[in-house]
Amino acid sequence: MNKIEIQKLEERAVRVREHILRLSTGGGCFTGASLSCADVIVYLYDKFLNVNIEKLNDPDRDYFFLSKGHDVPAVYGTFAEIGFIEKERLRNHLQTNDFIYWHPNRNIPGIEFHSGSLGHLLSVATGVAIDCKLKEQQNKIVVLVGDGELNEGSNWETLLVAAANKLDNLCILIDRNMFQANMRTESLIPLEPLERKFEAFGCSVRSVNGHDFSDLHDIFSNFPFALNRPSVIITETLRGKGLPSIQERADRWFCNFTSEEVEELIQELHGNYSAQINSESLIVR
Amino acid sequence: MKYEELIYDLVQKDKNYFILTAENRAAIRNLPEKITNNFLDTGISEQTLIGVSAGLALRGRKPIAHVLASFLTMRAFEFIRTDIGIPNLPVKMVGAFAGFLSEANGPTHQAIEDISLMRGIPNINVFCPSDEDDMILGLPEVLKSDSPFYIRYNNLKSVVEHNRFKIGKAESFGEGNEVVIMTYGTLFSQAIEVMSQLKGKGIDASVINFRTLKPIDEGMILSKIKNVGLVVTLEDHFLTGGLFSILSELLLSKGLTANVLPIALNNKWFKPALLKNVLEYEEFSAEKLTKRILKTYKIKKESFYAEWSNI
Repeated sequence: MNKIEIQKLEERAVRVREHILRLSTGGGCFTGASLSCADVIVYLYDKFLNVNIEKLNDPDRDYFFLSKGHDVPAVYGTFAEIGFIEKERLRNHLQTNDFIYWHPNRNIPGIEFHSGSLGHLLSVATGVAIDCKLKEQQNKIVVLVGDGELNEGSNWETLLVAAANKLDNLCILIDRNMFQANMRTESLIPLEPLERKFEAFGCSVRSVNGHDFSDLHDIFSNFPFALNRPSVIITETLRGKGLPSIQERADRWFCNFTSEEVEELIQELHGNYSAQINSESLIVR
Repeated sequence: MKYEELIYDLVQKDKNYFILTAENRAAIRNLPEKITNNFLDTGISEQTLIGVSAGLALRGRKPIAHVLASFLTMRAFEFIRTDIGIPNLPVKMVGAFAGFLSEANGPTHQAIEDISLMRGIPNINVFCPSDEDDMILGLPEVLKSDSPFYIRYNNLKSVVEHNRFKIGKAESFGEGNEVVIMTYGTLFSQAIEVMSQLKGKGIDASVINFRTLKPIDEGMILSKIKNVGLVVTLEDHFLTGGLFSILSELLLSKGLTANVLPIALNNKWFKPALLKNVLEYEEFSAEKLTKRILKTYKIKKESFYAEWSNI
């Protein structure tokens, strides 16, 4: 990937973060979590996934499943930038005249499946991957799982099944931002050594800086990492990435800013400014 | 025809049918090697089985998933609700050894809240065949349906000739209206025997086999509660959430009432044993049921007719 392409993606990621911030008022959304995986999602839809707005139901398409459903602002922000949905539609956030709420759903073009309850979509993605394999299709099936979400036992149950069925068309992304809802993962339910856990479950594992498009491209270009094994990519990310005033803070998972704060944060996003956030943090869990 | 043959034929005719199990192969023991490309055993993982079924359905498959009823409806409950119920995917979930059919397994295996749980999920329908013939008659239509279904698997030998099957339509046996036994599933054959025993006591009864509990045959219920002596709801299910509840909900919503004797498991698990011993011990054998029904019938008989004659 050349510098111009990288710059294009970086600029798009900034605009996606703007969308996330604009969704973080008037009721708010899961801002911190969405910011952590924004770059990965921007990358996927530009470089990795074979999905076409004209043929969203094409059986040969690649599939993307957002298992950590509360990160959906990053997906909708990306969809708005690549034309899957109108940008204006994001203004319908939390209104009853549309379907743009805190978790994804199939009323939005491009969303393959709803989520919100954690630990579900790895199994749904596994079902899709099994069918694609049986039909000898070349689709890639990508599922993004949160690191905190790995507390759910259903993920590990399904990993056994995915490995048993040799699903090398399955690409499991872990948004490793080191936080779960209220605190750091390692201080509640330690996950490390995470790579070795996935390896022990029969997967082929890589870790990558989830905010560096060049590194992401190098890693994703090698998918699948091994024949007959699911690939796992641990994308090392920062919760609240891009906004120093809320970055890596346990209390900035779900945010409901004032509109003034949103404007300040957008300035901060573009550099050389430090936002003053007085809104109380909201932790919905 | 047996269940296995029916499923095999179905898969031969339509390769979208996809047979799954979470290592519960009792109903499909000989199938896996015959339908290799349309079969998956996920091992002992009910949640994954349901999630995978949802994924297969997204790809246009018609999954038929086989699991022990208790683990299907309870361990995987939220997956069924969330991944099958919300998107209304055409997944058929076959629960084995439900109700008294778990016999001597003990309370861990007793699915006697399965109907309550499954019918409570929007979009999900419930098929409870009374025996193998009833199941084989109903399956073609149920499996062809675009709706998700919970199927209470039942391969008991049939004691009657069943009528044509239609989703949402009950079948009735006998014409009597002194006692009307409303039932489904395993206890249907007992109900038929009870009807004959009541006849011997000079009481004309009839039996309604509901087949699908969701959708329920409201028309049949409303026509049968008129001028009836005693309605008996008979089920191997907890008293809450099953047929008695369905009947109560319907009658109350229409501003109606009836003289009802609910026979079910009232806030208790049943004594684990072989089926015939369970029926005896829990007083669900035809003889014991006849006694229970007669007792209530005699006490209430006079007042019933008095009430109805005033309408």
